[in-house]
Amino acid sequence: MTADHHEDVSGANRIKLVLAWSFVGIPLIWGVYNTLAQAALLFQ
Amino acid sequence: MTTAAQAYSGGIFHWLDRSHTVAKPGFSRWLVPPAALCVHLCIGQVYAFSVFNLPMTRLIGITESAPDDWKLTELGWIFSIAIVFLGLAAAFTGTWLDRVGPRKAMFTAALCFGGGFLISALGVYLHQLWIVYLGYGVLGGCGLGLGYISPVKTLITWFPDRPGMATGMAIMGFGGGAMIASPLSVLLMQYFSSPTDVGVTGTFITMGLIYMVFMLVGATIVRVPPQGWAPEGYVAPAKAKKLVTTSHVHVDEALKTPQFYLLWGVLCLNVTAGIGVLGQASAMSQEMFPGQITAAAAAGFVGLLSLFNMLGRFFWASTSDYIGRRNTYMIFFALGMALYAAVPWTGQTGSIVLFVLFYCVIMTMYGGGFATIPAYLRDIFGVRYVGAIHGRLLTAWSTAGVLGPVLVNYIREYQINNGVPKADAYSVTMYIMAGLLLVGFVLNWLMRPVHEKHHMTEAELKASMEG
Repeated sequence: MTADHHEDVSGANRIKLVLAWSFVGIPLIWGVYNTLAQAALLFQ
Repeated sequence: MTTAAQAYSGGIFHWLDRSHTVAKPGFSRWLVPPAALCVHLCIGQVYAFSVFNLPMTRLIGITESAPDDWKLTELGWIFSIAIVFLGLAAAFTGTWLDRVGPRKAMFTAALCFGGGFLISALGVYLHQLWIVYLGYGVLGGCGLGLGYISPVKTLITWFPDRPGMATGMAIMGFGGGAMIASPLSVLLMQYFSSPTDVGVTGTFITMGLIYMVFMLVGATIVRVPPQGWAPEGYVAPAKAKKLVTTSHVHVDEALKTPQFYLLWGVLCLNVTAGIGVLGQASAMSQEMFPGQITAAAAAGFVGLLSLFNMLGRFFWASTSDYIGRRNTYMIFFALGMALYAAVPWTGQTGSIVLFVLFYCVIMTMYGGGFATIPAYLRDIFGVRYVGAIHGRLLTAWSTAGVLGPVLVNYIREYQINNGVPKADAYSVTMYIMAGLLLVGFVLNWLMRPVHEKHHMTEAELKASMEG
């Protein structure tokens, strides 16, 4: 196998990465926050 | 005249074809995990479906169940049908998925899963339970199975250097999906509820549309690497390691190997133990610590288990890249046995902290089992048909989905009927779970490389690539 396909993590690609990860990351963080808030009841 | 099938296999849907998903130079492979997460975060909703159960028992009575309202036992079948169709769809569409590529599979999964919600909304609106079974159970279940396996092979191909981590990231999303879906469902039901409506219809329509769009975004982002691609600096091992093959086994041939059935047993037993207690976690915590863990705190406990289930998927799958898949499962079974056997002791000593800690660790290994299995399959059977083989192996999940809860419920019932106090009714169950893990440990220990006679020849491999 050859490494003829170079990754470009600058410029437009970086913006795409931030957008894509935010798109899935924000709902996930919201879900984790809600879960932790509910779990706190266990130790009160 | 163009038929729907022809249109779907070309024509207006040509952008779904594998040839249109080949990455162009400059594409970052780190865009593929969020594409996979778009799908897995949605389909993970299935674990939170129970939030609809109680409201759906009051569709007519609104404030309390009316005689014609659906019963909880009838509603429980929606989840069971969905899980059964998840397994069936994963098993039967794996080869098709392998041929058409991830985008068409993810697109189909989005239509099925989102469409399942929309059909179910109609079923709730008309108060016809069979429509809900058909919608969320059958169609949604097919979307679950297809969506679950669709990004697996693509991720393994993009990350040959870290296959465990890559699939762990996606399958972590399946664990996290419930954490999003649960509060989202509650919020939407509050928003759509009125004095004459519990809000389930509106919630189903909204969630169906949100999930469809979210999954379609994933299908748009996903790309497959060009033929012969490898990450910069990565050198594929020239020689196979003991339990990591460089050859490929055809999906039909894989079913003729003992390794497939050993892995089936390994997954089934790991999931049986975990799913059994996950389904009973709320009741178990309250009965083992009466007066100490309230219903609200028990709900928090279940949420905490979901969180560790999710974290374990990423942690253990990533760890398996360094310590090996078989060793990872050895830890699951050995540590799992010790923890299950120790759980009754935490109840006897009244230690809530240790009880919670033990279960959180158990849940990481439950999730880790799901997330590590694709990379284990890749190590044993090669990359070529890993998606299809993974699909067939998921029938172990469907089996465990029935076996686990049945074991826990029936043993508990038997114990209570024989005069065992509720606080102690789970002890025997825990020891039986530890016994199941012992069997899993032996099956995993028996794992050996696939015999060369099952490997594809160069000509067969080339033909399969061209086909």
